[in-house]
Amino acid sequence: MSITGALSVLKALEAEGVEVVFGIPGGASMPIYDPLVDGSTIRHILCRHEQGAGHAAEGYAWATGKVGVCMATSGPGGTNLVTPIADAKMDSVPIVAITGQVPTPVVGNDAFQEADITGITMPITKHNFLVKDPALIPETVHEAFHIASTGRPGPVLIDLPKDVLLAQTEWSAPDRIDLPGYRPTTKGNQRQIVEAVKLIMAAERPVLYVGGGVIKADATDELFRLATAGRLPVVTTLMARGAFPDSHELCLGMPGMHGNYTAVTSMQRADLLIALGTRFDDRVTGKLAAFAPDAKVIHADIDPAEIGKNRRVDVPIVGDAKDVIEKLAAELEKRQADAGAPDRSAWLGQLADWRRRYPYRYDQQPDGPLKPQFCVERLRDHADEDTIVVAGVGQHQMYASQYWAFERPRHWINSGGLGTMGFAVPAAMGAKVGQPGKRVVAIDGDGCFQMTAQELATSNTEKIPFITAILNNGYLGMVRQWQELFFDERYSGVYLNPDVPDYVKLAEAYGAVGLRADSPEEVDAVIEKAYSVQDRSVVIDFRVDPREMVFPMVAAGTSNDEIILGPEQVAPTADPTEAPIV
Amino acid sequence: MSNGAMHTISVLVEDKPGVLTRVAGLFSARGFNIDSLAVGPTESAGLSRMTIVVNVESKTLEQVTKQLNKLINVIKILEHEAGSAVERELMLVKVRASGDDRARVMEIAEVFRVNVVDVTHTTLTLEATGKPEKLEALLSLLEDFGVVELSRTGRIALGRGERGIRERVLRAAND
Repeated sequence: MSITGALSVLKALEAEGVEVVFGIPGGASMPIYDPLVDGSTIRHILCRHEQGAGHAAEGYAWATGKVGVCMATSGPGGTNLVTPIADAKMDSVPIVAITGQVPTPVVGNDAFQEADITGITMPITKHNFLVKDPALIPETVHEAFHIASTGRPGPVLIDLPKDVLLAQTEWSAPDRIDLPGYRPTTKGNQRQIVEAVKLIMAAERPVLYVGGGVIKADATDELFRLATAGRLPVVTTLMARGAFPDSHELCLGMPGMHGNYTAVTSMQRADLLIALGTRFDDRVTGKLAAFAPDAKVIHADIDPAEIGKNRRVDVPIVGDAKDVIEKLAAELEKRQADAGAPDRSAWLGQLADWRRRYPYRYDQQPDGPLKPQFCVERLRDHADEDTIVVAGVGQHQMYASQYWAFERPRHWINSGGLGTMGFAVPAAMGAKVGQPGKRVVAIDGDGCFQMTAQELATSNTEKIPFITAILNNGYLGMVRQWQELFFDERYSGVYLNPDVPDYVKLAEAYGAVGLRADSPEEVDAVIEKAYSVQDRSVVIDFRVDPREMVFPMVAAGTSNDEIILGPEQVAPTADPTEAPIV
Repeated sequence: MSNGAMHTISVLVEDKPGVLTRVAGLFSARGFNIDSLAVGPTESAGLSRMTIVVNVESKTLEQVTKQLNKLINVIKILEHEAGSAVERELMLVKVRASGDDRARVMEIAEVFRVNVVDVTHTTLTLEATGKPEKLEALLSLLEDFGVVELSRTGRIALGRGERGIRERVLRAAND
């Protein structure tokens, strides 16, 4: 049967099981929208900005593990997708972006709304395609989804010229993948597994350094088995919050620039790091040369290029985290059954002592200014465990990661690698579409919120209700914090104004419920009210103390040993064997 | 430039639009310097072969090959160890050669076994093939007469021995 290229695209997406597409139409992509009128299993959600559509696709992918899809027209439509595509590349989020393109005969002629989007996105996609023959649409879409979702996941873009969409073509279900250069290694090498377990058995101070790859591989059950079998303490990076339950005694929480003292220092004092699905990012390692100086390293990752990129590795393992961790657990259990489990009590005792003495801490006076950490804690305590938390980038993101208790995977969504302000609102919307039965709470900053707040119009038009809690300090808070600490309190270009816009009125203008809390005693009532709203999105304007800063902190480029504790976090007794307290 | 060494790598790629841009873009995005890059068709339809000379430390070279391997259109990468490959380059060079100089240039051409491919009243154009060192040696002699212009292809290489690039096993990250 002869159909248009546009309908072929739609059928190919349906064949991939796509439920929802976030997008905005335009001249070049209009042909794809036409067959939607006749009915499709795909729901199109009309966003208000292509960046919102892209982040929504990311939020959907984070929350479900499925490929998120966004769509835009040629030129500015495509260039507005650049930020979410780059974000998805850095955080290995599986999305497929579909763009319209000017008709093939005028490609390269500077036609209206023309941009070389495959050229532009080449460095920020896992792969991209420009389809010049409508007959290639089915297999191209199939390959795009395969590439996006397998190996190390990532964004794939398909650029479709308008004449290709309008041309007649034959539809046939794609049944083959022709990618001779793409064969990810998924099975961990057993010889390396044995070597790794030898190191684990011999280690006195091991730490499981767990990254987002463990969640992407759905390997959290295997991780739990490995950690508990070996009595191995676990740090979960910003990308891996929820990969191991925060409430478990072996969980040390988040390491890195704003990680807690115990997680950071455990790695500094470790004699073995078991790095799983993680990439030794500078925000975790601090000054690389001073990172975990005594530790041997086992590094398992599906991307061979990450192994040895930043840190010399003793036992490299290329493979899917689920397969590798399962094999590690099985081998460790076997070895421990033969030789007995190593005694970890001294190390675990040391860690427990640090945790007792150096927890996250802040000071909320009943009549003092409202603290952002207090707002996060109250949002957490009123929520059920199934709540999905989404954050933008900055101080609020760190407070959310520090003070929320993550008990399960895919319940924490944020922009880690690229650090994209404005991520939270559209990503929360996408997460809610993917998990309609769960409450979604975006913890956002006032700076971030204003970058993508227009998607509240999408949320209330399309009936996708979620909660946005703005920790409104009237500043670009993280930049302000750096200016206070490292630029001699010379504040420059950071004041936003907490009163403009009026976030309550803005929320109401978008059809959402707007709430405000100025003081600690108002917080609980506002949260209860927010959580009781089911039919619309809610925006809470928490007026928080602009002087509050995120601690602990390892200043950029310094050693993790130079961790700076907040004034409330400094313990009364100092132990010379511990990291110095600056 | 890094204080590393010259490495020659052969990259077998799918002959798809944009593949050269993907490879070249990867080098610039990750800050690797390309010394030369030559590309052309191969014995298999649909496959092209690139020969890339990079000047990097061996740790960086490992990143180069691993990142190249991640490109979907890259089929195979082979790093040629010193002496393990036949390496050649083609150079066309137009040199001033009038009067007595003409005979001297012709004499040099003969010693180096290179062909004269164009002649004018004042110049000779030579076609030279060989290892890069040979071309450098030739060029240094010709510079005495005055080089009007020159063009080089960049290095191409094939591994020595009976096996082709597709039968060679690249060192795996697991080993």
